[in-house]
Amino acid sequence: MLIYTIKRFFLAILVALTVSVITFSLNQLSGDPAIAMAGETASDSDIEYIRKLYGFDRPVHEQYLSWVARAAQGDLGQSFYFRIPVTDLLAERLPVSMILGVSAITFAIVLSVPLGVLAAMRPNSWLDRFALGLSVVGQAMPSFWLALMLIVLLGVMFPILPMTGSDSWQNFVMPTIVLGYYATPAIMRLTRAGMLEVLGSDYIRTARAKGLKRHTILFKHALRNAVIPVVSLAAVQFGFMLGGSIVIESIFALHGAGYLAWESIGRLDLPVVQAIVLVFSLFYIVLTFLSDLLNAWLDPRIRVS
Amino acid sequence: MSAVLEITGLKVDIPVSAGDLHAVRGIDLSVGKGETLCIVGESGCGKSLTSLSIMGLLPSRARVSADMMNFTGRPLLSMSETELSDIRGDRMAMIFQEPMTSLNPSYSIGNQLMEPLIRHRNASKDEARKRAIYLLEKVGITAAESRLNQFPHQLSGGLRQRVMIAMALMCDPELIIADEPTTALDVTIQAQILHLLAELRREFNSALILITHDLGVVARVADKVAVMYAGRIVETGRVEEVFNNPLHPYTQGLINCIPIPGKTARGSRLGSIPGIVPTLIGETQGCSFRNRCAYAGPACEIDDPVVELAPGRSYRCVLPEDQLKRQGDETIGKTGSLEAASA
Repeated sequence: MLIYTIKRFFLAILVALTVSVITFSLNQLSGDPAIAMAGETASDSDIEYIRKLYGFDRPVHEQYLSWVARAAQGDLGQSFYFRIPVTDLLAERLPVSMILGVSAITFAIVLSVPLGVLAAMRPNSWLDRFALGLSVVGQAMPSFWLALMLIVLLGVMFPILPMTGSDSWQNFVMPTIVLGYYATPAIMRLTRAGMLEVLGSDYIRTARAKGLKRHTILFKHALRNAVIPVVSLAAVQFGFMLGGSIVIESIFALHGAGYLAWESIGRLDLPVVQAIVLVFSLFYIVLTFLSDLLNAWLDPRIRVS
Repeated sequence: MSAVLEITGLKVDIPVSAGDLHAVRGIDLSVGKGETLCIVGESGCGKSLTSLSIMGLLPSRARVSADMMNFTGRPLLSMSETELSDIRGDRMAMIFQEPMTSLNPSYSIGNQLMEPLIRHRNASKDEARKRAIYLLEKVGITAAESRLNQFPHQLSGGLRQRVMIAMALMCDPELIIADEPTTALDVTIQAQILHLLAELRREFNSALILITHDLGVVARVADKVAVMYAGRIVETGRVEEVFNNPLHPYTQGLINCIPIPGKTARGSRLGSIPGIVPTLIGETQGCSFRNRCAYAGPACEIDDPVVELAPGRSYRCVLPEDQLKRQGDETIGKTGSLEAASA
């Protein structure tokens, strides 16, 4: 287990380094930041001054190394637009995205895992059909459209929920449903498929032959094996929900990091974009690492060599 | 000897797209305390379905019916799933063909071994643990205590099957059903496992139903034999009766397939039974072995009556006993097959 953990950890570090290189290079390709910062009326000498001031004239690898060194110390630079440290900006915006991401993945898991299990227990029953229908609709319907429909329904026709802002928990209800529903089909189908496969396996027959109670067979012997692939999928989905909530945050005017990223791209606010991409990538890496550990805990074939 | 399990007229029908598959077509079985019954037959003859139907482990779409199916005097078919699950693993236990996949990969050997005792006897973890260690030693596993913490993937097939046997014995069941327990194992391990099963059966004095297609196995461990073909028992009797005086042409064919040391000449052809098993979908009439049988006549298309020679000794054929006996002596050309086969 220790060797496995160390291996996974080093893999995570390598991925993080790769991500930082890619993040940095992408920004180098996306236009001259000095021109963007100086504004449209700036003279050539102004641009040159800004270029020197922010170090854009130095070789690329030097710029990268100093950026990494500072990032490691928690200094992600100054926002060109807000003129405040990026870290402060993130401290304000990230919690909103985190709350949305956590509640959306919770919503998705609470909805899809039990439904997937029930569907697998009674394949081709009305419940299975219902679950299938729910996931087909979820897969086919664009999130933004569902968001708009929810706003029409719960914000306009029956005004019970606030439509915009991020001041109270009620602001998060509709975004959570929209974002969580997006992840539901995949998790539910994988749970159902995994459960069906496991329920037909020889060791479930053994468990029945031992006369074990139904719930012991289902929860102890079947579910644990069925959810192993679901853990990895949910981790990826969760990462996606943290970073990919740009559209949802924009629609509901939730001032989260996704929304900030979208704004900053338009403003060519390089340090902010870099920081957000980096932070979200690190989230992904940490989540993958954690899901690997969770899988190892669930599956002794990974844990015990 | 009181019967632990008594079955008459057991039928298993499975609905398939082309109609009903009559997988088991009216069989009678009985096995008493301390007795070993071997069910022999080729793949698809309904052996495994018979055993699964006794345990109540068939999928719900399979239809099981019987004139009588009593386990220690209680009718199995009228029991609810809950009542059945109280008996399963406690008073009757099963050992499966696939030791590699029959243990849950996520739980330790100990955890899985202890389950039946905790479920059925309200045993404490400590008691269950002690019993598990005791039985692991009984089935010939060394360092039993440390094995409890191991996981299935760390054990070989032979060891896993020993674990399965120990698991079946946890509650000291009256009936053990072993469905081809050695098929998936190395030849060298097969003999050990069978020997072990026979020994433990004696020691625990339970009834054993051993399902196999290996006549050598039957000769060594069986008290009674039931030869199955296409969902029916074509011949049954005490092991020495069936081996030394096989009556049904199918049984004769099977025995003719075994090479016998010292008798079968080197390089000579072993017997084989031509043809394949007929489909059991839809209604069938007459003897289902007739298209593979050298002695088949018009009468075989109409009926395959049960001829009972003595209690527990019968065969299914239109031909009389003495004619079958004569034919058997010609095809096999040797007596004392039992000693030879078990050699």
